Amino acid sequence: MNDAGKTPPKTAPPVPTVAAGRDGKSSAQKVAIRNLDFYYGASLALKSITVPLLQNRVTAFIGPSGCGKSTLLRVLNRMYDLYPNQRAEGEVLLDGENILSPHQDVNLLRSKVGMVFQKPTPFPMTIFDNIAFGIQLYERPARGELADRVEAALTKAALWDEVKDKLKASGLSLSGGQQQRLCIARTVAVEPEVVLLDEPASALDPISTSKIEELIDELKNEYTIAIVTHNMQQAARVSDYTAFMYLGELIEYGETNKIFTAPDDRRTQDYITGRFG
Amino acid sequence: MSPTLEHTVRSYDDELNDLSQKIAEMGGLAEQNVADSVGALVGRDTDSAHRIIASDARIDQLQQQVEENAIQMIARRQPMAQDLREIMAAIHIANDLERVGDLAKNTAKRVIAIEGNFGAQRLVAGVEHIAELSLTQLKHVLDAFASRDLATALAVWERDDEIDAMYTSLFRELLTYMMEDPRNITFCTHLLFCAKNIERIGDHATNIAETVCYLITGKPLTDERPKKDTSSLTPVEFTETDE
Repeated sequence: MNDAGKTPPKTAPPVPTVAAGRDGKSSAQKVAIRNLDFYYGASLALKSITVPLLQNRVTAFIGPSGCGKSTLLRVLNRMYDLYPNQRAEGEVLLDGENILSPHQDVNLLRSKVGMVFQKPTPFPMTIFDNIAFGIQLYERPARGELADRVEAALTKAALWDEVKDKLKASGLSLSGGQQQRLCIARTVAVEPEVVLLDEPASALDPISTSKIEELIDELKNEYTIAIVTHNMQQAARVSDYTAFMYLGELIEYGETNKIFTAPDDRRTQDYITGRFG
Repeated sequence: MSPTLEHTVRSYDDELNDLSQKIAEMGGLAEQNVADSVGALVGRDTDSAHRIIASDARIDQLQQQVEENAIQMIARRQPMAQDLREIMAAIHIANDLERVGDLAKNTAKRVIAIEGNFGAQRLVAGVEHIAELSLTQLKHVLDAFASRDLATALAVWERDDEIDAMYTSLFRELLTYMMEDPRNITFCTHLLFCAKNIERIGDHATNIAETVCYLITGKPLTDERPKKDTSSLTPVEFTETDE
């Protein structure tokens, strides 16, 4: 499969039809992933994925370990560029622009498409600087404006009240749940358009998890969100649309309400009901 | 569409199977009590009527067990998709069957109430007939649930209008008997209630059919079902006689 000339001709899978979200309003495609293949060296990890991310909606990606859902997320901000021998083929359109194009400014892309990881990754610096650092990567705001931006980001991440009196404390001194919200604050501080969450609550206790989920609900008013999660109930709770992936393929995509009550594909059903062999 | 794969957690399957078995037991008991209650009415058998009333407690008990188990499964297993529909279906069907049991019990109580007041046997023939139809519907829908058979469930759902039509004509017939001879009024009124009970059992059978369809397809039945019970609109004509 490593010879591009021998790739079998692809038939375009049907573009999923999309109805209105939970709020009854329809939404535009913020990101359109089309016929996306992804290779780790010679092995094909994503097979002709076609799926949209709708604006101001939460799209959850579920599937067993190794199904390609984290790989898909890593394509959306070209994280894979950091590694040799990894490449993507096909199209990922962000507002109609193909971000896989070699002409894409990757730094600009990552300011538009932010990412939060499974384990909280605060920098070993103060809480304030954790947020300010991200902003200063892209901009040079005045001192006063920077403070406002930091406060706004921490407020959006529902962390401000807990840390406003200790902004000079180390980010590492916070609890796990707070650290994760700090990372979300750092992500939203640069005012991205799309937020990618890779298992954002899997290392957290139930209360911190609820806070993250509440936060996701809030954030979708401003951002387009994609979340990868192993916790099916979490996907059911937070997302508007759900995509089920298996062995590098997109098996089913649809409204979360439908996927979790009456999925069309037998494999989706078996996975979400805990019948996977 | 019955699940061929088992859950990774086997006790989950055991619990789901247990739920289905309880529904099957309830269905068997409810069917039996409906048949016996009509038998008691036709055969004027008050001993049988007492037995039916006593045995209804077991149906109620099963319904409570189904509900408790279902709630615990929802809390502990967070069921999804097919499993969630199975559990919701069990709750709904148990509810319907509990009501069917109550309706059979009500008919049995009337058999006791009209003891000594029985009218001519021909008056009961119509009730017996509508009961046969209702029982067939109940039997078919329980089979449809047991075998997850969509076609059978849909057939039951579509056939309820026959019972409705028969009830309307029975209503007219009993009215005629009452007008013919006022001494029939007590007996015929009781019969009318019995017939209404039996007609409602048919309604519960169609409810169960709807639940079974949802269980199998995941989509609710939306088409308007034809209604032929027009007894509430049937005028009573009093013809003045010169006698």
